[in-house]
Amino acid sequence: MTTTEVDPRQAATPAGARRRRRGRGATRAHPALLLFPLPALAIYVVFFAIPTVQAVQYAVTDWDGFSATFSNVGADNFRRIFTADDLFANALLNNVKFMLVVVVFQTAFALLLAVLLVKNSRGSILLRALFFFPTILSSVSVAFIWKFIYDPNFGLGNRVLDGVGLDVQLAYLGEASTAIYWVALTQVWFHAGQMMVIFVAGLQAVPAELYEAAELDGAGRWAQFRHITWPMIAPATAIVVAYTTIQSFKAFDLILGLGGNPPKFSLDILSTRIYTSFANSEFGYAAAESLVFMAVIAAIVVAQRRVLRLTQKDV
Amino acid sequence: MRFSPIRSVVLAVYALLVVVPLVVVVFGSFKTTPELFESPFGLPSSLSLRNYEIVLGEQNLDQAFFNSVVVTAASVALTLFVASLAAYGIARTPGWKGWLIFGFLVLGMSVPAQANMIPQYVLFDVLGLLDSRLGLVAINVVVGLPVAVFILGGFMKTIPREAYEASAIDGAGPFRTYWSVIMPMSLPSVAATAIFLFVIQWNDLLYPLLFIRSPELKTLPLALLEFQGEFLTDYPLLFTGVVIASLPIVVAYVLLQRYFVAGMTSGAVKG
Repeated sequence: MTTTEVDPRQAATPAGARRRRRGRGATRAHPALLLFPLPALAIYVVFFAIPTVQAVQYAVTDWDGFSATFSNVGADNFRRIFTADDLFANALLNNVKFMLVVVVFQTAFALLLAVLLVKNSRGSILLRALFFFPTILSSVSVAFIWKFIYDPNFGLGNRVLDGVGLDVQLAYLGEASTAIYWVALTQVWFHAGQMMVIFVAGLQAVPAELYEAAELDGAGRWAQFRHITWPMIAPATAIVVAYTTIQSFKAFDLILGLGGNPPKFSLDILSTRIYTSFANSEFGYAAAESLVFMAVIAAIVVAQRRVLRLTQKDV
Repeated sequence: MRFSPIRSVVLAVYALLVVVPLVVVVFGSFKTTPELFESPFGLPSSLSLRNYEIVLGEQNLDQAFFNSVVVTAASVALTLFVASLAAYGIARTPGWKGWLIFGFLVLGMSVPAQANMIPQYVLFDVLGLLDSRLGLVAINVVVGLPVAVFILGGFMKTIPREAYEASAIDGAGPFRTYWSVIMPMSLPSVAATAIFLFVIQWNDLLYPLLFIRSPELKTLPLALLEFQGEFLTDYPLLFTGVVIASLPIVVAYVLLQRYFVAGMTSGAVKG
């Protein structure tokens, strides 16, 4: 980087330069500075990086977590995951359903709220603070709140349906085929406000002149959104979508809170599945599952980036 | 504005969707089960603290509360200290070396907990750190480091070189410069990181679930989760637990709202 520029100080004899620098005492980084990242690096390598690599080693064994001996089973764990494990397939399917609903609805809803609350008026600021609020609660707390909403006999949900004169009573989490979508709704309530804040920051960075010019050209509200807002907030959208995806694969605590531990079949997702394998002392197998889990997340995030970029390119 | 009426309706409906469940929970924590089922939305008939006595006394949530406070406070402080030291060193290490250290540490943000929790469990077992508050603090520091370095490092890199140099000219060594110049200048980002870590670590369920066996060492989320089996549909008791577990974080949110939004969105920028 610096080689192309001729620094007059560097042009002096090295010894002279060094002496002058030492005299000023400041421009050169103090050698002790290299020590500052050391504690973080040591902790990170020993407790984070090495265990991550070890997960790969475990994944090809049948270790149960406490036996002194175990054998190398090669790709058997992976073969079992992909061909012979209905529980894993079920968790993967549940997780994908959950993720799709959360990503689509939470992103759209967060963006809608952000558009409505983009101006920094008193009311908007207050509402943003309110909508953000659920995010700071623990997942277990949120799960308990929604457990009551979803209670088929005494819950708020059916009471409200009754109150507005609808003659329907829902089973919510009790109906296996749709249970995961009710958890998805809870997740949207939980985190839409957090994503709204990211969108508000993105929207506020769009220069107002663009809208003024479009207005002069007679562009309607939708055209303005489609051709100015949507492309301009592309970075915010990418962040929101990627983060929401990862969040929906990590919705571990919410599932345990709503679906029990271990969760019901209809509510089991990948992170809870891995935990259950681990709790059943299938360490090797759980490690293999966790690698597949990582690969699934990575593949989905990459695919989403592609899709998003396609919609944003056409301005 | 053209969409003004629709706007008001959408916002009002959503505001109700957020507020009503929270109000039901807080009111519910003062009710008996029949009273809650009878009128979930109504004010409690009396401010009876019976549920709180049961939850804090008989159910020992006071112990869990204490554990959560100790573990979270120590975890946040330690993570901040180690991460800010690293961020400072990185910001002062010019060129590719700084970027390499930064990139390596920050890479950890893209590794989900499930990916390395099993070897971590084994390692903590070997070190005798399972089933202890110290072990929880240690794992919190490990897991919190990447994102903390990410936020703090990003900020410290934007501090002008002159700030570092002026301090050195005044004869301050690197640690002094870190402690008396750079940390005070980085206060907004330190606060945002602290809040982010506080929320994550206070609410964490995974690691207590993995590590803790002894009832007297459980943190709030774990203690709450185990309520569920016990009081299946005793919602007032569950709600009381929710209120107790949420109280510190709600108070902090009201007082430090600006930092919450900053912290929890800079933490979110980790796709």
